Amino acid sequence: MRQSVLLKVATQSILKNKMRTFLTMLGIVIGVAAVIVMVAVGYGAQESIQKQIGSLGTNMIMIMPGASTAGGVNQGAATFNRLTPADYEKLQRESLLLSAVSPVVFTTAQAISGQGNWRTRINGVSTQYQQIRDWPVDQGTFFTEADVRSARKVAVLGATVAKNLYPNGDAVGQQIQIRDVPFTVAGILRPKGQNAGGMDADDIILVPYTTAQSRLSGRQRVGQIIGSASSPQDVPAAQEEIRGILREAHKLGENDEDDFTIRNQDEIAAAASSATEVMTLLLAAIASISLLVGGIGIMNIMLVSVTERTREIGIRMAIGARGSDVLTQFLVESVAISMIGGIIGVLLGLAGAALLGHFTGWTTVTPPEAIVIAVGFSAAVGVFFGFYPARQAAALNPIQALRYE
Amino acid sequence: MNAVAENSAAPALEAPVVIRVDGVTKVYQMGRNEVHALRGITLTVRRGEMIAIMGHSGSGKSTLMNVLGCLDTPTAGTYDLDGVRVNGLSKNELADLRNQKLGFVFQGFNLLARTSALENVELPMLYDRSGRRRDTRALARKSLERVGLGERLDHHPSELSGGQQQRVAIARALVTEPTVLLADEPTGNLDSRTSLEIMALFQELNEQGITILVVTHEPDIACYARRIVEVRDGRILRDEPLAKRRNAADDLRALEAEAT
Repeated sequence: MRQSVLLKVATQSILKNKMRTFLTMLGIVIGVAAVIVMVAVGYGAQESIQKQIGSLGTNMIMIMPGASTAGGVNQGAATFNRLTPADYEKLQRESLLLSAVSPVVFTTAQAISGQGNWRTRINGVSTQYQQIRDWPVDQGTFFTEADVRSARKVAVLGATVAKNLYPNGDAVGQQIQIRDVPFTVAGILRPKGQNAGGMDADDIILVPYTTAQSRLSGRQRVGQIIGSASSPQDVPAAQEEIRGILREAHKLGENDEDDFTIRNQDEIAAAASSATEVMTLLLAAIASISLLVGGIGIMNIMLVSVTERTREIGIRMAIGARGSDVLTQFLVESVAISMIGGIIGVLLGLAGAALLGHFTGWTTVTPPEAIVIAVGFSAAVGVFFGFYPARQAAALNPIQALRYE
Repeated sequence: MNAVAENSAAPALEAPVVIRVDGVTKVYQMGRNEVHALRGITLTVRRGEMIAIMGHSGSGKSTLMNVLGCLDTPTAGTYDLDGVRVNGLSKNELADLRNQKLGFVFQGFNLLARTSALENVELPMLYDRSGRRRDTRALARKSLERVGLGERLDHHPSELSGGQQQRVAIARALVTEPTVLLADEPTGNLDSRTSLEIMALFQELNEQGITILVVTHEPDIACYARRIVEVRDGRILRDEPLAKRRNAADDLRALEAEAT
């Protein structure tokens, strides 16, 4: 039988029972849409995390207080903070492989200007911070070495903070108050956009770490030390070097564990992506179950259809249809149902992912191969679940089929 | 066999043999019992014949019809259809044989519902693997015109009367130019007037040279054939030409005259 005829026969019988076909298709539509949305959310999360980690800086190495417990990333949830400005200074002095290094003192506080006020993160850093993070200023200047040495009250604003404190612009040179301490705005950072975890990277104020310690946090510890290796090849060696320097600084014995954790950018990226990959797979696996259920729905309806159309099958066989003709006819029908369902499911899934992204602010990414796989998989579901009913049809005895009432 | 040849009606006397059945038996296994549906049938059909196969239900005529229609294979004996030995053919070969050499007309019409008359008639050509026919649409239209339904090509079976549906079925059987037209109780679902119309059509087609086998249990229908084969208990009880063959068209005219 010719292909065009097969398609026509399938279309006819699909259209004959519109409601039934629609309901059967719905199983596949929902299954595929669910898979697409889940994959989109998973990939979106992965991509936004990767993008953010990529935007952290160049050849960056992070040193966090506390021992890492397992293979995963222990991102500084330290029990006892043992990183000090002295560690930073020692690294600054002794490291040969780090081209830049900066402590980071974390605080959160309300910043007040003449035009507004805004609660934001305040990081105390050194001047090399902007080199490590690859983060130049757009207006004004960064603070200087001298500012750091003298713990001057100068601040560099992230773009979001500048916008909120000075809606009318012209922030540079103005005075802002952070915890009742007046700071002079030296410059405004170039906007970086979203960071990992969907936070706004530009919602930040940078001040000299010396100022942060003396005026804002009041603590001697630093939250983190970040550095930049001279080149990507130097990253592992630089990590070893840092480890040696810090073990010496912390006077750790041969058998003592590190009381700090060193991670490079790639390790952070790998850990984060393996976590989201697992999540994506899990979500997709759960969603595929509905696809499986949809397939069983197709099988069920095709079996009913074969029984209902026993006489038709008998007629076709009597006038010369081979078993393979009948088999193909029913297979084409089930594949058509599942593939059309798959395509509608993809469209619905894309729309759903976009809508979800719109309302939740999550990044959703649907890789093209996910669409191809979803449609291919739904076709495979049609073949798999359509085969048994189709074979039942093909195996019918024409005499009995013709007599069937 | 010679006897059969002598029995043949006038136009088929020296015509080539299209069906030769020799000593055919059919045994069904029904649980522990063996049912002997056919107990040795020998039959020869020549081109251009119109034969009524008669018998009561359970006589074996349906089984004979199924064997002749290549829907079933004999347990023993041989069957040659238009020079092809049917015994031992595979299911697919049987399907192709049905497609190319046989035309079926059934009691229940057996048209595909929700499919137009034209598409119903076109159907057998779509299963033709030899690809002999190119313009299937035109051939289907011609076949429908031949049975007097040229005006109703796009009607669906539900929009047609019983007689018209049977005409569509006949057009479908004819469209592949089969060696033999097999009709299984073709008038069983029709009133007597429509039955006459259908038999008149069969006679007309037979005059045009088409070989027709009609299975029926009604003597009123059998009397339009040229030859009657009566089956009882799986054997041929009698096989003889019909002396007083009736003309269905004449009977139809008489019926109409009576009505007015």
